[in-house]
This record gives sequence, C-alpha cells and structure tokens, in this order.
Amino acid sequence: MSNFDFVEMRVPAKAEYVGVVRLSISGIANRLGFSYEAIEDLKVAISEAVTNAVDHAYFEEDDGEVTVGFGVYGDRLEVMVADHGGSFDLNKIKGGIGPYEGSESVEELREGGFGLFLIEALMDKVEINNDYGVIVLMTKYLHEAEVGLDDDQISTPQ
Amino acid sequence: MNLKIDVAEGNGKSVVKLSGEIDAYTAPQLKEKLLPLTNREGHRTEVNLENVHYMDSTGLGIFISALKSTKENDSEMRLVDLQDRVLRLFRITGLDEIITIDTAIRGGNEQ
Repeated sequence: MSNFDFVEMRVPAKAEYVGVVRLSISGIANRLGFSYEAIEDLKVAISEAVTNAVDHAYFEEDDGEVTVGFGVYGDRLEVMVADHGGSFDLNKIKGGIGPYEGSESVEELREGGFGLFLIEALMDKVEINNDYGVIVLMTKYLHEAEVGLDDDQISTPQ
Repeated sequence: MNLKIDVAEGNGKSVVKLSGEIDAYTAPQLKEKLLPLTNREGHRTEVNLENVHYMDSTGLGIFISALKSTKENDSEMRLVDLQDRVLRLFRITGLDEIITIDTAIRGGNEQ
C-alpha cells in the first residue's frame, strides 16, 4: 500500500453540517497545496455528496450520521462520503466499487438531480458503491502547476 | 455559513440581495423568500448575487423552481452580479441558457 494520511469525520445527517464538512475539506486541500479554484471545486463536490447523504438519511427517517473520509496522498486527495455512521473499511469499499453510470432521467435533473452531475464535472474520478448504503468515492489530482503555490518552494524544476 | 436575504420592493419590481452561502441549509430560506415574489403575476424580480461566495446544486434547484414559477405566473426573474465561481455552475449545467443572467454588470470578483 502506498503511503498516505487518512482523516475521518462523522457528522449528524443534517443540512447544517454540510458547511462544516466544506470547511474541513478546504483546510485539508489547502494543506495539500491545491489552487484556490480546485479548492472551490472540492467544496462544491463534497457538499453535493454530503447533501445527498443527508437527504437520503432524511427519507429513511433515522437520525443518522454521515461519514466522510479523506485520503491524503502526495499527488491527490481521495474523498469518501457514506450515508451511514459506520467507519470505513477501506479495502472492502475499494474492492466493490465501479464507475458511476450516468443514467438519470431528464425529469430527475429538473430540480434536484444536479448533484452527481456536478461531482463528476468537478472531480477527476468518481465512483459509487451501493452495497452498504451509498458511498461516493471521488478523487482530485494535485496538478503540478498547483504545487508551485506553496510559498516555501520556489519553482525549481524537479 | 449563513445566508442573508434582503428584499427591496417598488414599481412592480423586487430586488433580492443575497449575501453568504447557498447550500442545503440555507436554500430553504431562499426558496421561502423568492417563490412568493416570482408567484406574483407580472412581477419582476432581480436577484443580486454579488455577495454570494458559495453556491451548490441546492441553489440551482431553487432558481429552477423560481424559473418555473415565472413561466406559470407570467413574471420575470433576472440574476445579476454573479461571482465567477457561482456563474461557472450555471454554465457547467447549461442553466445559463434558460435562466436570465445578467453578466454585463459583474462585480465583486476580486478578493
């Protein structure tokens, strides 16, 4: 396994915590050296995923939790959002995940269906797993141009 | 992580000035203020987003609802002064083609 840091947080499945998760990803992505633009993309993408999870929990009528995991790699940030409170079993999740098939009807897209669409537009890779609740796994790569923003590294070619 | 909504009215027109963030938490408040305006027959509503520095699909959903309401009630809605990040979401989703967005008087992008 490659070397990475993993950060996990659990929040109540309530709309008022979407902003809290957004602030968290902003901090983590900033630490990784993502550009302002990329951080804004990440904020929207994670908010969409958490909002979906919150809506799902609402329909289930339980006072659920949303689990968010951040895999912090040297070249990318992997984000997992699950609409249940259990901790992630990383290998299990990654083993059973496949590409998301965009097959939403136009009707669904009308008022509430833009969430996954935006996630796909803003992230480099998106996968959905439905085996244990809904888990969204999304990845954004740290492109080289953005590394230079870290101000204690003057742009030395590597 | 809040949304401030100020509504000024006059001459058959309302100006809704928003500041803050539009997300799952604040979107219902926006809907509550905006829809009664677009539901008025023949009414014109201008939504100023100059101070909205974050929005996601929940916001798009509200504006789609409001747009539907303008069609049903022969009213108008126009979005003005969008920050680039917010405008981008309308562009990505193609909604800028169906919602009237005034991009001529953009401001508040620097920061």
